[in-house]
Amino acid sequence: MMTPASDLLLEIEDLTLSYRIDKRWIPAVRNFQLKLARGQVYGLVGESGSGKSTIAMALMRFLSGNGRVESGAKMRFAGEDLLGKSAAEMRAIWAKRIKLVPQNAGAALNPSMRVGPQVLESIRAAIGIDGVEAERAMMRMFHDVNLIDPEKVARRYPHELSGGMQQRVMIAMALVSNPELLILDEPTTGLDVTTEAVILDLIRQLIAERDTGVLYITHNLGVVAQLCERVTVLYAGEIMEDDRADDLFHQAWHPYTLGLLGSLPRPGQNKRDALLHPIDGNPPALKDSSHACAFAERCAFAEDICRDVKPPLESLPDGRAIRCHRWREIRDGELHLVADDSAAAEPAHEGRAQSLMRVADLTKHFTVGRSLADVLSHSAPPPIRAVDGVDLALNAGQALGLVGESGSGKTTLARLIVGLQERTGGKLELLGMDIRNSVRERSPDVLAKIQMVFQNPQNALNPYMSVRDAIRRPLIKLRGMNPGDADAEALALLRSVNLRADYADRFPGELSGGEKQRVAIARAFASDPDLIICDEPVSALDVSVQAAVLNLLARLQDQNGTAYLFISHDLAAVGYLADTIAVMYLGQLFEVAGREDLFQPPFHPYTEALFAAIPVADPRHRVEATLLSDALPSAQYIPGGCRFHTRCPRAIGPICEEEEPPWRDAGAGHVIRCHIPIEELTEAQTKSAAGAAMD
Amino acid sequence: MLPIGQRITASLQMIKALLRQPASALGTLIAAFFLFLALFGGQLAPYPNPNDQSHNARVSPTLDIGSLQFGEHPFGTDRLGRDVYSRVILGASSIFRIAGLGTLFSVLIGSALGLLMGYRGGMFDEITGRVIDALMAIPALLLALVMVGIIRNMDFDIGSWQAELSNNVVLLVIAVLYVPVVARVARSATLDIKTREFVEAAEIRGETTAYILFREILPSVIPALVVEASLRFSYAIFLVASLGFLGFGARPPSPDWGLMVNENRGGYYQLTPWALEFPALAIAILVIAVNLMSDGIRRAVQKSA
Repeated sequence: MMTPASDLLLEIEDLTLSYRIDKRWIPAVRNFQLKLARGQVYGLVGESGSGKSTIAMALMRFLSGNGRVESGAKMRFAGEDLLGKSAAEMRAIWAKRIKLVPQNAGAALNPSMRVGPQVLESIRAAIGIDGVEAERAMMRMFHDVNLIDPEKVARRYPHELSGGMQQRVMIAMALVSNPELLILDEPTTGLDVTTEAVILDLIRQLIAERDTGVLYITHNLGVVAQLCERVTVLYAGEIMEDDRADDLFHQAWHPYTLGLLGSLPRPGQNKRDALLHPIDGNPPALKDSSHACAFAERCAFAEDICRDVKPPLESLPDGRAIRCHRWREIRDGELHLVADDSAAAEPAHEGRAQSLMRVADLTKHFTVGRSLADVLSHSAPPPIRAVDGVDLALNAGQALGLVGESGSGKTTLARLIVGLQERTGGKLELLGMDIRNSVRERSPDVLAKIQMVFQNPQNALNPYMSVRDAIRRPLIKLRGMNPGDADAEALALLRSVNLRADYADRFPGELSGGEKQRVAIARAFASDPDLIICDEPVSALDVSVQAAVLNLLARLQDQNGTAYLFISHDLAAVGYLADTIAVMYLGQLFEVAGREDLFQPPFHPYTEALFAAIPVADPRHRVEATLLSDALPSAQYIPGGCRFHTRCPRAIGPICEEEEPPWRDAGAGHVIRCHIPIEELTEAQTKSAAGAAMD
Repeated sequence: MLPIGQRITASLQMIKALLRQPASALGTLIAAFFLFLALFGGQLAPYPNPNDQSHNARVSPTLDIGSLQFGEHPFGTDRLGRDVYSRVILGASSIFRIAGLGTLFSVLIGSALGLLMGYRGGMFDEITGRVIDALMAIPALLLALVMVGIIRNMDFDIGSWQAELSNNVVLLVIAVLYVPVVARVARSATLDIKTREFVEAAEIRGETTAYILFREILPSVIPALVVEASLRFSYAIFLVASLGFLGFGARPPSPDWGLMVNENRGGYYQLTPWALEFPALAIAILVIAVNLMSDGIRRAVQKSA
């Protein structure tokens, strides 16, 4: 499948990019190459620090002041040499021909300017039209990116738009000049899966209509599989493997690609089936080029030659490029990542099924400050109902997964249970005892029983406290140990999270994200709790590190018989770790199911939509139809009736808008809150699943 | 808390970063020179008694910059026959003591107050915040004059602690004036830090407020406090000199720079201009030097953050 030369849009050869750090030039990207055809969607995958954004910036000729392109590089765009262009020529290219959609649309839009004028400004710069004509072009573009009510959107300020809408505006702004090359730098990172699916769908459509070449930069293999025709895998600034997406995802020959694919939990995969295969170690820091293979330190197949000689990037006749000494052996099936399926642990505690925690009608309403108009009219705005009547039961040693979009109230629910926020109403029982509202009122015994692992490992540890002190503190404070015993126990805890004893004297600044999260986990386990709340514990980590942390959490749970409340927007991760899964929407639960039941019909229509939106890391299973619009209603003005009816693809009529749906029992503890009877749900969903499989 | 070793390396790194900028390095050097004078002025001054009037009055400065000859009275003598050079050297110690200790007290009290305000929030923060706003709305010099005026006019038994206080009234004024400013800085830094998850982790452990304030939050606030302290110090020097000049600070015949400027202005300036110029020059150089230094500290802290 060679692309004719005339179709070649972007050609990069031997691109080496360096940053000046402490008076030395350190290469961040080495010998990068790329051939992008018109109309092609090219994926650039890598973990943090792999140099993917640096490449994008170099392409735009927009490297930061301490960066430079090393000599010998070639960068041709539509036959023109990009590196030789003057600043003025580049400006003309930025305005019209190469467009970049950045990761954080909220930060890329000017917060002090209404959306309309901003877009018009870029239209003026790009195609030189003004006035009514430009406005018409903008409306057409807003319509193309499926912005509902474009006139209204144009009059709003960026902060008044949801993340998904902001990203659409950015895409509209980029596409209005019909650019030849579009660079998308993690455009859906930070968005909900549902929104992500909608945006991906949109990008796919818009590209199909145009002849735009797309460079899609991301760390998310699922997204790449969903969108890209060809993929380059970057590691430590070097190309590891480059191939058509279909081949790459089904017949990867590079150990790193294999490792990445193996470390992703597939939807429906559970810790009881098989452990994930994490890649050992951490992504490398920016450093001088060594003579070894960049991946050798973490590679399961590394041999002496890998540590002594950097493998060349070999271009194979079928179009694949690969940088590995041992790819032939992998291709021929002589090397396998060791599948440690035996380690999939059986729970030692499931038999007891002792009730640990019960939550009844738990409610948290945040009052909203009154405006002057409210004061004058003696009214008060309705409160934000973040958690609005949740009933939940958790057994000892059980892992309960809690999923839902952002804004569904998951984190507030967790904070109520742990006591960081005071509940408005409802009951919380632990081991049959009523638990007080806030941490300040709770006794040390209760505090010791409920601990928490936070989302962001950067902030979870005090930067001025050593690892030893961080872990010792709960031992002394909550378990009443004397300093000597606490020291020994802290080292034992470190070992249990697979960190060496010499980590005890390090400070958080010296640890990688994954290591910090391990320390945070050790700290949470220090008080020997019955329940640990994990609020998105892996979402801030690199893909290759996530799997190791998930495995660790699964092992510690089985060893200690600890119950988890595991919150995540990543359904595959929840499905992997949880025994039971609860689906939350606008402050209420809509479905509770055992892990065996959740991934097959019947689903609640909301759960169904969430699942459909997961970008599966397989180009052969693309999410075709998106089921949900991207606007989650405000928790201050929750729709009446079934609160999901405004977005429900299976709504059956007025009853959904008027009456609260009943809980329906689907057997074996599987309950669904919906007006549609279980049988009908099962039938409809089985049918649509079969239909999708036939496509 | 950081162990001593790490703390020293961190401080050394900061000092290195501070000295890399030529302007702030110069400022630091000059400030250090004045600190040296303050500490060892008694040994350095040719006439250790500042009120020694045994010299000829109104002698012109004998300092010759070209040949670096100091002569008998480098800065001349004033109309009472006191050696200006010795008085300027000996004046350094009082300005460092008053401005330095005043700043130290204001930073200690202000940061504790700011930490508590920021962490507690609610009514406590609201009320304390308004009081602070009110205090800061009054011009600093005016407030200082009022406080000095009131306390100076009270009668205290000689040797009582009130009398001791009254003697150090300028020091007290500086502390009171700068507590609100420092508290504000500490409060805003605390507001940022307290939302970090390690603080919540401490709350979940049931730590006391004092532990959370001083062990969890304070270390992260210290960089901002160091910058503020250096800035406050430069303002304090200025204030001490101003009060001395207005006659509300040190009393005659002490060798206070501000006071010396005051004593030698007006008609005396025609007679002995050097007796005014040299202390004035000392004030200006020290204030500028400390300002340059604090600017460098701010840069160094920002860099390491």
